[in-house]
Amino acid sequence: MDFFELLSSAYEALALNKVRTALAGLGIVIGIGAVIALVSLGQATQQSVQNSIQGLGANLLTISPGSQRTGAVEGGFGSSQTLTLDDANAITAANFSSISKVSPEVSRRGQVTAGRNNTNTSIIGATANYPGVHNVTMSSGTFIADQDVAGTRNVAVIGPQVVSDLFGGGDPTGQTIRINKIPFTIIGITVSKGGTGFANQDDIVFIPITTAQKTVFGIDYVNDISLSAASADSITQAENDTGYLLLQRHKINDPAQADFSMFSQSDILSAASSVTGTFTALLAGIAAISLLVGGIGIMNIMLVTVIERTREIGLRKALGAKDRTVVTQFLIESIILTIGGGLTGMVLGILLSYVISVVIGLPFTISIFAIFLAIGVSGGIGILFGWYPAKKAADLSPIEALRYE
Amino acid sequence: MEQICVSHVKKIYYTGDIETVALDDISFSIKKGEFVAIVGPSGSGKSTLMHILGALDTPTSGNYILDGQDVSKLSKDQLADIRNKKIGFVFQAFNLLPRTTAVKNVALPMIYAGISKDERIKKAEQLLKDVGLGDRMNHTSNQLSGGQMQRVAIARALSMNPAIILADEPTGNISTVQAEEIMRILQSLQKQGHTIIIITHEPSIAVFAQRTIHLKDGKIEKEVKNGKV
Repeated sequence: MDFFELLSSAYEALALNKVRTALAGLGIVIGIGAVIALVSLGQATQQSVQNSIQGLGANLLTISPGSQRTGAVEGGFGSSQTLTLDDANAITAANFSSISKVSPEVSRRGQVTAGRNNTNTSIIGATANYPGVHNVTMSSGTFIADQDVAGTRNVAVIGPQVVSDLFGGGDPTGQTIRINKIPFTIIGITVSKGGTGFANQDDIVFIPITTAQKTVFGIDYVNDISLSAASADSITQAENDTGYLLLQRHKINDPAQADFSMFSQSDILSAASSVTGTFTALLAGIAAISLLVGGIGIMNIMLVTVIERTREIGLRKALGAKDRTVVTQFLIESIILTIGGGLTGMVLGILLSYVISVVIGLPFTISIFAIFLAIGVSGGIGILFGWYPAKKAADLSPIEALRYE
Repeated sequence: MEQICVSHVKKIYYTGDIETVALDDISFSIKKGEFVAIVGPSGSGKSTLMHILGALDTPTSGNYILDGQDVSKLSKDQLADIRNKKIGFVFQAFNLLPRTTAVKNVALPMIYAGISKDERIKKAEQLLKDVGLGDRMNHTSNQLSGGQMQRVAIARALSMNPAIILADEPTGNISTVQAEEIMRILQSLQKQGHTIIIITHEPSIAVFAQRTIHLKDGKIEKEVKNGKV
C-alpha cells in the first residue's frame, strides 16, 4: 500500500466521523491557542513595562541618600539627609566626561492653592537641568532657569493636571499660585506625559530648588541627585566617577559603608524585568496547565477513537491488512488531525493575542518559542496517543479484535 | 485434488490455569471446488476451526496445508497475505465498514493488495452487479437491509478472486427468504470453481452443501455426503 493510498484512507476515515474528528481537533486547537496567547501576553506586558521605564529619562542615574550605619543602628532608606546641594555642585564642577547633566532634587507633597481652588500635588525643587535629565518639555513659557535658582525666586512651573485642577484649563502663565501660603508666579507649563507609569507625571509643580529648601520646606539637604550619563555606555563610568567623588567628600574609605546609593535606569529595568519575568512565568504556568489539559483531552479522544475502532482494525486485518499498514494509517490520521488542529490553534492564538493587545493597549508580540512549544507538545501527544492504541489494537489477533465490544 | 488438508490439528486455549481444548486431534481434507458445511452445536469448536481454516489463527499443534503450503508455520505478514489473496470471508455480522458505500466496502481488500484505484472501483462495481446490487452501489452500509449487506459482504469476499470462500453463519442475521438467496449465490460460486466452506448450526442451511462435517466437543462426530444439491 503506497503512501498516497494511506493518506486517502486516513482522510476518508477522518471525514467519515466529522464530530469525532472535530472534537479531537478542538482539544489540540485550545491547547495550542491558549499557550500562544498567554505567553505572548506575558511578553507584551514585559515590553510595555520596559518601554515606560525607558520613558523616565535617557541614561538616567539616580543618587539617593543611603542609610548610614551608626553602630548597630541603621536608619531607614531615604530617611537620611546625607546629600546636599554642594554635593551636586561638586559633581558638576568635576566636569566628568561620563556625565552630561546633573539635577539635584527635593520633593514633597503639598497643598497648592489658586484663588478658591486647591489641590494636593507633588512639589519638586529643581534646577535648570531637570528637563534635560527627565525628558520634560514645555508646552508654554519656560522652565526654571539658573538665575531663578541663584536668586531664590518665587516662580513655578506646573503640570497640565495642576492647570486643570486649579484653573480649569486655559493658559495660567503669569498668574499666581500659593504653596504653604507663599505666592509663586507661574512661568511655564509642561507638556503632558500621560498618566501611565508609576505615578502621574502631569500632577506636579516645579519651583527653584533653593526656594524649595529655604522658603518652603525649610531643609538644607536634597532628596536625590539625578544624573544624565553622556551615553548608554558611560553609565558605569558615571557611577564610578560620582561614587568615588562622593565617598571622598563624605570622608568614607570603605565603599560598603557609603551613605548614599546609586540606582541606574538599567537597575530599574532589570528589577522590573525580574517582576515581569515572574509574571510571564506565571502566565506560562497557566499556559502549561492548559497545554496539559489540552494534551489529556487529545489523549482521551485518541484513545477512545482507536478503541472504538478495534473491530474495524480486526476487519481490516482479516481482509489482508498487515499490522504495520493498520498502524501507519492510524498514525497518518493522527498527524493530519494534529497538524490541522495545530495550525488552527496557532491562528487562533495569534488572533487572540492581537485582540488582547488592542483591548488592553499592550504592544502586539508573538512568542515564536510558545508556538514551537505548543505545537511540539500537543503534536507529540496527539501522534503518540494516536499511534500507541492503534499499535496495541493491531497487535491483537484479528479474531480478538473482531470480537471486541 | 486436495486443496485443504488438516491433519491432527489441536487448539488449546489457556485462561489463567484453566485449559480449554477447543479442537482435539482433527483431520480431514477438502477438494478444490467442493461445497462443505461444518455443523455442530455451540461450543463444538466450529468457530475455532473456521478461524484456523481462514488463517486468522494458528493451531496449537498439527498441520494445516493450504494449496501445498503449511499455514501453521507462517509469519503474521504471510498469514495476512493468505487472508487477502486465497480466502474470502463472509461473516455472520456482515462486518462492513459503517457509513461507507458498498463500492468502497467491496474494494477494501484490493487496497491491501496494491491494486490501483480505477481498477478497484471497476472490479467492485462488476461484483456488486453480479450479486444483484447494481442499483445500490453508492448506498452506505447502514442504508442496506441485512440480506443486501450480506450480498455486499459476498462481493467483498470475491474481490480478490480467492480459491476459498469461508462463510461463518452467513444466514444467522437475515430472514429465511434472504437466506435462501445467499445460499443460491454461494452455490453458483461453487459452480464457477470456488471452494465453499460454511459454518452453521442450521440443518436447513447445511443441506445446500455437498458434504457435511459434524463437530462435537472438538472432535469430528461424523461426515455425511448430501445427495440433494
